[in-house]
Amino acid sequence: MIRLPPYAEALKIETQRDADGRLVLTMPFGNHVAGRPHFLHGGAIAGLLEIAAILTLIDALGEQHPQIKPITITTDYMRGGREKLTYAAATISRLGNRMANVEISAWQDSEDKPIAAARINFLLARE
Amino acid sequence: MPPDDNPHDNLHEHVRQNLIAGTLDPQEFFEAVAEHSHNGLIGVHYVNHGDDWVELAIDYQDHLIGDRETGILASGPIVSLCDMGSGMAIMLTTKRFFQTVTIDLRVDYLRPAKVGASVTARMQCYRHTRNIAFVRGQAHDGDRASPIAQVSGTFMFLETMK
Repeated sequence: MIRLPPYAEALKIETQRDADGRLVLTMPFGNHVAGRPHFLHGGAIAGLLEIAAILTLIDALGEQHPQIKPITITTDYMRGGREKLTYAAATISRLGNRMANVEISAWQDSEDKPIAAARINFLLARE
Repeated sequence: MPPDDNPHDNLHEHVRQNLIAGTLDPQEFFEAVAEHSHNGLIGVHYVNHGDDWVELAIDYQDHLIGDRETGILASGPIVSLCDMGSGMAIMLTTKRFFQTVTIDLRVDYLRPAKVGASVTARMQCYRHTRNIAFVRGQAHDGDRASPIAQVSGTFMFLETMK
């Protein structure tokens, strides 16, 4: 499994694979990700979405190791994140030589009820 | 949960009273809120504020690194910083303690933050209606003339403004 960046460890993120082999991240609720009373912090959700995107890209790139640099990130918050486990998974819309476009979704109770979604455009800086 | 049992609710009442009295101290607010939340994990602290803007900062810390090889900060903490600053800028502008929820937040990364440098975000609430507040801002790592990120966001009030 991919080694997590320090910020992912600070958010207590863990990775697993679902039945289709897709990378799914989990983030437990706690003070470290709390925002307004009884809800997740939007920033912590954005952090989870970004890490899901990067790990999914690293997974797809295999033996290639370009530097993955986020250029634009747009996050939509659709439901308040409650005091429970949060999941996230990413879909790569396009993986090019220089750019990667990734869509990420986060959910709690069921995947068809996302709490937030993001689109991130990454520059892949190759040596 | 009764309000008295929740430190957040007491804190919010305190902030609300200060807003009504026109004596809100953003620094005090951040110090009080920090230990309870994600803002404590990333270590948000107050720098400065005006009528419709606030400046907040985070120091460079190892647990906020997004890339082990380069040591560059993850973007998550920078988004958090801007999100928190937005909420505060809205409160300062409206002079009300209405909680807001983020509708969307867009961050353009102009360049990576320097390794080891603090990141400061200045967020401004440039327009608000009864339901929605519009925020823009920039983040820099020491030189305001050379920003690392450009930010814009929209927020919804949990209660409609009268």
